[in-house]
Formats: sequence, structure tokens, C-alpha cells
Amino acid sequence: MRAVLRYLHRNPSLALGIALLTAVVLFVAISRMFVDVEDARPLSAPTLRPPSQAYPFGTDRQGRDLLAVMVAGTPLTLRIGFIAGFIGVGLGAALVFVAAYYRGFLDTVIRGIADIGLTVPGLLVLIIIAVSIKGTLTVNQMAIVVASLAWLYPTRTIRAQVLSLRERGYVEVARLSGMSGPGIIFVELLPYLAATLVNSVSAAILASIGLEVLGLGPVDAPTLGMTLYWVNFNAAMINGWWWWWLAPTVIILTVFLGLFFVTVGLDEIANPRLRRSA
Amino acid sequence: MQLAYIVRRFGVFLLIIWLAATLNFFLPRLSGQDPVRTKLLQQASLGGYAQAGIEEMTREYERRFGLDKPLWRQYATYLGDMARLDFNYSIANYPRKVRELIADALPWTIGLLGTTTLLSFAIGSVLGALLGWPRAPRWMMWLMPPLWALHAIPFFLLGLILTYLFAFQIPLLPIFGGYSAGAVPGLNWHFLADMLSHALLPALSIVLVATGGWALSMRGMMVTTMGEDYVVFAEAKGLKPSTIFTRYCLRNAILPQVTALALALGQILSGAVLVEVIFGYPGIGTLLFQAIRENDQFVIQGIVFIVVALGLTTFVLDIVYPWLDPRISYRRA
Repeated sequence: MRAVLRYLHRNPSLALGIALLTAVVLFVAISRMFVDVEDARPLSAPTLRPPSQAYPFGTDRQGRDLLAVMVAGTPLTLRIGFIAGFIGVGLGAALVFVAAYYRGFLDTVIRGIADIGLTVPGLLVLIIIAVSIKGTLTVNQMAIVVASLAWLYPTRTIRAQVLSLRERGYVEVARLSGMSGPGIIFVELLPYLAATLVNSVSAAILASIGLEVLGLGPVDAPTLGMTLYWVNFNAAMINGWWWWWLAPTVIILTVFLGLFFVTVGLDEIANPRLRRSA
Repeated sequence: MQLAYIVRRFGVFLLIIWLAATLNFFLPRLSGQDPVRTKLLQQASLGGYAQAGIEEMTREYERRFGLDKPLWRQYATYLGDMARLDFNYSIANYPRKVRELIADALPWTIGLLGTTTLLSFAIGSVLGALLGWPRAPRWMMWLMPPLWALHAIPFFLLGLILTYLFAFQIPLLPIFGGYSAGAVPGLNWHFLADMLSHALLPALSIVLVATGGWALSMRGMMVTTMGEDYVVFAEAKGLKPSTIFTRYCLRNAILPQVTALALALGQILSGAVLVEVIFGYPGIGTLLFQAIRENDQFVIQGIVFIVVALGLTTFVLDIVYPWLDPRISYRRA
């Protein structure tokens, strides 16, 4: 524990990122004890109340208690991000190892698909997929839709990292001293994989919020992106219902900043050369 | 040789376009939706009509849109249409063609995103170069944390916050649309000023976020470049710091930035869909948003196709690299 704290002192980005994410988790966990999540459904509160004692975050036009919406929706949004992020990085890493093992043709095909896929704007492909699915999506389906493209970027970056690791001097030394090749690469790759994972989670959350704001999200679920969709749908900005968008915006900002600083911190572990320039 | 490279590049380009078009064609059909019937039923329920005659109307419209032919015929016609950039009629705004709708929206998006992309590239690269330069003034270091933080924020969220601050709290700027309601579009100062004031907030929310990204990557490249032997050599020769900065560091560090700029320009149509939606800016993003709301398949397909095709044209920019950086050549070694 002492060692962890001392390390965090040396790596302020990681500390800041973890602190921001912990704040979000604590907010949800503590509020959950006082709030009935059922109030996140429409018609469970008077409509359009600004923040007050009874409704600290106010209520929206359909009569949702916005505090309850945040408590119910934040975990849902994070869930989409984590499911899609894990599938993306897992699939990406698996593909890279297959490609690195067989090399040759398979490697070319995998790299080709990832390169081509990355030149096509992801949000638009996701829109086509989401529009094609009949009926409204559930939160888990949403995660799968986002995951369908989430492996492209990890595949490319992990592959580049593996190739560069393979040539490094210290990997050569480790191999000469009797460690197995794939074993070394995997151990050396771990911090890098962690950074890629956090990055992918953040990208997946961004993509899911994008789809939701466009109206392609899970209409029944009170996720943060759907809340912003309703904000836009009801023109809450022009009507001056500031409390409606304030809470989701603050939470999304905190999550993005937290994930971003964690990535920066992990990059510093994965790539010690960055330390010199910090 | 160069020519072989260009031909191969163009081949890949066509292949991707074909793949995108095919995906575009088959995905919606896999789900078995019937956009025409849905639309008609929607209209009927809005108008309170009885549903008699809907079947015949559906059949008539399907004939007109060519939806009654066998699948392979539809696919063949579709590919032919795509090659001529003919995306059929809009289902939601029937007599209008999808191509017209897109042509109306394109200049708005290209204008907004083209300007903001170049602007944030220029500001960000200069800022980043100075941030990575040890002789830069101390106060510049204070710019780092806000740049980092802004970089992590999605465009549209910053857009929301800016709208609230500068259009609602202090009503300085218009909140919505590309120009004022009732303004007659035309090439006069009055209209241009109106347009500019509407574009300012969306542009600001893009520039603030994007500048951070450019500055961070430029700073990273600067730091790496300054560790190179030739920079040490230049210092040892006693060259002026400003010469080392511009001729030795900046010029080398900016190369990867130019690559990234080419990629970013390829994304200008899709990069700010949500910003447009938030501000109701009359570009591609808003058109797409409306099409999704109205389940207007043809418009969605047309937009996706155009965006993919235009995005890929940045492949062509590859060809100018050897001119920018003599070390790159597409000759086989």
C-alpha cells in the first residue's frame, strides 16, 4: 500500500485519473443508498423541477428524478464501455498473437483489414449497423454493436508494439537467458495492453454516447447518452432547463478526463522514455 | 515505380468503395425492414386515415423506388446508381433527390470543418513546438494542463457548455442553425456576418478541443527531434537558437503532423456529426440525424457512401509525401 502511494506520487497523471474515476464510482455507490433507482423511470416525479431539497438534481420533462437517472445510468454507460473495450482489446490481442505466430499471409490479411477498417469513419458504420437492427436496442446489444469495430485500433497498435518489442535488445537478452519468446513479449506487453484497454473503453463510451445522442440508443434505458438525447430532443438548452444537462455533462466529463489521465499514466509505465520529457 | 504504386492505391480505393456500397445495400435488407410501408403507416396514423389502400400505395411506391424487382437486379441497379452518385429519392422528402439534399448540406460541413481543422492544426503545431522548446517562456508551461484536459473532452460536450455560457447566460451569439430564420441566403455582407456569428460557437468548440491534440503530438515530436545528433551538432556549431528552432527542429518534427493532417482532413465530414446536431447546423451531420429520425434509408446510405468516398480520397495525398520528405520514395528498393 505504501509502495503504491509512493508510486502514485511519482506518477501524478495516474493518480489524478484514478481519483477522478473513484469519485464517479463513490458518487454512484453512496447515492444508491439514498435513492430509489425506480425513480429513473418517467412519471415518477413532478416534471421540470429545478434542483431542490427533494430532487437535488432536479427532474426532467417526462418526470424522471435526475439524481436517480444518474445513479442508474452511469453504471450502464460504463458497462457499455467496458464490455466493448474488453471485447475489442481481447479480440485485437488474440488476432495479433495469431498473426505473429503464423506470420505471412494471415498477418497480411489481418493487418490489411485493420488498416482499411480504420480509414472508414467508425461512427457511420455503427450507425448503419444500429439502423439495420430491428426494434430498439438493449444496453448489452448496444455494447456488442460498439464492440464490432472496437478491435480495429487495438489490433493495429498492439501489432506495432509487438513488432517493436521483438527487435529490442533486452528482449534478445531475456531470450538468451532462457525465457520463452512469447512469454517475454506477453509480460513486456502487459502495461501497454492495459493502456490500450483504458483507451478503448473511453473510445467505446464516446461511440455509444454518439449513437445515443443521434437517437439510436436503448430508448428505455436511462444511460447518460440517452439523457443527452432527451435534452436535445426537448431543446432543454433553449428553454433554460440547465439542470437537465448539467449532471450528465459533469459525469461524462469526469469519466473521460479520468480515463484519459489513467491512459497517460499507464503510457508512462509502458514507455519509460516519456518520463524524461514530462 | 511511382505509377505502379498509384495504380495499386487506386485499386484498393475502389475495393473499399465497393465493399462499403455492398455493406450499405445488404445490411438494411438483412433486417427485413420495410421503410416505405413504415413511412406510409406513420403518415396514415398522423392524418388519422383508415389503413385501406395502404397495401396498394406501398406496392406503387415500391415499383417507383424499384423495390419490387429480384434482389440481384436491385443490387446491379444499385451499383450502377452508386457509380453515377445517384442515390435515388429521399423517402421522407419524396420528390427531392438524395443527391440534392446532400449537395445542399456539404458546403456547410466542409466550410465549418475545413476551416476549424486547418486552424487548430496551425495553432496547435506552433503551440506544441514552443511547448517542447526549452527556451520558450516559462508561462507557457501553464498551458499544458488545460490543453490536456480539453483534448480529452468530446467536441459536442464542450459545445453544450459553450452554448450555455455564450448563448444563454450571456446572449452574445445565436444558439441554433446556420443562419437566422428569415435571412435570405446570398453573397452579401449582411448574410455573411450572420453566417459567421452562427458558425462561431460550433467552430470554437471544435478548435478548442482539436488544438490540444495537435499541440500534444507536436510537443512529443519536438522532444524527440531535439534529442537527435544533428541538433546537438547545430548547437555545437553555434547556430542561432531561432535557426535551430525553425530549420532543424520544427521542419523535421512537423512531418508526422502533416500525415495526421491528411487523415484529419479525410474525417472532416464525419468528425463533427454531433456538434452539428447540438447546434442544429445545416450540414451533413444534421441531415443524417433527421434521416435517422425519419428512417430514411436512402439518405442514410447516400451520406455514408459520400463520407466514405470523400474520406478515402486522402489516399491521394500520399503521393505528395516524397516531395515533402525526400527520404520517402515509393520506388522498390
